[in-house]
Amino acid sequence: MTTAAPAAHVLTGQHFMNGDLACAEGALAAGCTFFAGYPITPSTEIAERLARRLPEIGGTYIQMEDELASMAAILGASWTGVKAMTATSGPGFTLMMENIGLGMMTETPCVVVDVQRGGPSTGLPTLVSQADVMQAKWGSHGDYEPIAYAPASPQEMFDYTIKAFNAAERYRLPVFVLADEAVGHMTERVTIPEPSEIVLAERRRPDLPPGDGWLPYGVGNDLVPAMARAGDGYAIHVTGLTHDERGYPVVESQVHERMVRRISRKVQMHAPQICEYEKIMTDDAHVIVIAYGSTARAARSAVLAAREKGIRAGMLRLITLWPFPAGAIKDLANVVRRFVVAEVNLGQVAREVERYTRSPVNWVNHAGGTMLTPEAILRGIVQVKP
Amino acid sequence: MSRETAVKSHPLDPLLRADRLPHIWCPGCGLGSIMACLSSAIAASSIPAEKHVIVSGIGCTGRVAGYMKLDSFHTTHGRAIPFATGLKLANPELEVTVVSGDGDLFAIGGNHFIHAARRNIDINVVCVNNFNYGMTGGQAGPTTPVGARTSTTPQGATEPTFNLPLLAATLGAVFVARWTSLHVRQLEKAMSRVMEKDGFSFIEVLSPCPVGFGKSNDIGDGLDEMSMYRRNGVVSHDADLTEAGIDMKHDSPIVLGNFRDVERPALGVRQ
Repeated sequence: MTTAAPAAHVLTGQHFMNGDLACAEGALAAGCTFFAGYPITPSTEIAERLARRLPEIGGTYIQMEDELASMAAILGASWTGVKAMTATSGPGFTLMMENIGLGMMTETPCVVVDVQRGGPSTGLPTLVSQADVMQAKWGSHGDYEPIAYAPASPQEMFDYTIKAFNAAERYRLPVFVLADEAVGHMTERVTIPEPSEIVLAERRRPDLPPGDGWLPYGVGNDLVPAMARAGDGYAIHVTGLTHDERGYPVVESQVHERMVRRISRKVQMHAPQICEYEKIMTDDAHVIVIAYGSTARAARSAVLAAREKGIRAGMLRLITLWPFPAGAIKDLANVVRRFVVAEVNLGQVAREVERYTRSPVNWVNHAGGTMLTPEAILRGIVQVKP
Repeated sequence: MSRETAVKSHPLDPLLRADRLPHIWCPGCGLGSIMACLSSAIAASSIPAEKHVIVSGIGCTGRVAGYMKLDSFHTTHGRAIPFATGLKLANPELEVTVVSGDGDLFAIGGNHFIHAARRNIDINVVCVNNFNYGMTGGQAGPTTPVGARTSTTPQGATEPTFNLPLLAATLGAVFVARWTSLHVRQLEKAMSRVMEKDGFSFIEVLSPCPVGFGKSNDIGDGLDEMSMYRRNGVVSHDADLTEAGIDMKHDSPIVLGNFRDVERPALGVRQ
């Protein structure tokens, strides 16, 4: 089911704002009315903006005691039928992993924004990193398939926060906006469209009235169950334990197999609709640079500079990091000879790219604190030039 | 004469998931009685059953949510209160009751308890205190009395314990009570009271855990511990809560009562 954005929430027009603020405005345009969070650099501006804006539109902002509580609170809020979000950075993302697992297991739609900073631990609180990519995939225990978007500009912080809410509502899971400090704190033009131009997805509701044998975790072909709201009379039971279609705990490997496969499969089977990437000058390219988030901006300059040197370079900008756009990489691997993966971590996506190609992959990276420069990426291109 | 069993419906059946019974609790455990008190209070409540929500954490008490035929949430260990906070703030029409154990609420979840009480979020918290971690086989926790033997305090517990009513009252809870699984009438009344009341309410309920705690501490089985509650229980609504700690010694009083019932501006209140 889709609707247009709620008009009162949308600041239609041209703005000059940073990525964190654009993310907050994207959430409002997506229909978010509940935010629970805990201040942490470099995501704090999202909370500050929503602390002011949510009460204006009749929504709820609450500052919780920590990120464990923030994540728990947005899950609880989501079960009343509202769209809920939290925003954090690495140390908080780590704490949220516990209840992200609960959200995956109970299939609770919500959005978690992680504005990445240097880690491990307290690391570089004010400086950029992209080192939470694998934490987004594997951070909570057990098997699940996350969805994560990597915006590369304040405009995309707006656009992809909306897309994150839509994916959360369609597929019923916590969805990640995997931003980074550079994108969060960069100020640029942000165009907020008319509400009627913003298409929103809404979770499917039960098609039977209470008491008619509706199964809270029964699914059709799309493997996504409809979702009841607390207070509507369905007497739902929601548990982090392995559960059957009724939502009842079951200690059986077959039930566990069925449910864990399904919550993974529901994302995998929709990967073609979910995955987004941008191809730049790839048609005749011999060398492909793969980059995402703020690093994609430097990579674009590097590819243009390489072209000026006569090197047939192109770029694959990843927008969805999870599900990983393996198909796009496999297709390119059939026609190009070399890959360069540029990222601000020690090879988290480079290693993933190597799983999908036999061509050499040049890792251009550092541990964080500054953006990669176009020059560094260009050197990486020149090194592997066929 | 025929020996047929006459199966009758129970008045609380509409509030219980009968298809999930029998429950997992051990013989002698107090949780069944406590769940019956909660069900009775909900049945008597002026708030319709579909607006009542039960939230629990992990542990034996955590399983209460799964047996009640209400919207019920069995969350992560220690996080029932923040989950309940989200439910209540997003929809103040809901009557949200957290039912969880002493370890869940006061060890791993302690920080959430103190902040929810400080905020005065309009939820009810029922803590079933059995002085140990029962689900995992009887380990010590923050309520295990000094000297008590558990599987992780084989020489006797040495750490001082929380005095839960004192803690809750100090933090600003608007209703604070302590009862036991023996005092079912008083407990049900206290539960009815907190469902009417705006703000953060707290009820501690002492409950026997014969397998995890009673047998290894010279208390005996469930009935023996219930006898101890009757013998040592002292109802004193005006008790000095600083004197209301529990050591579970055979000759020590167990202070019971509705200790506090006050008003304070609350968060998430039904309009």
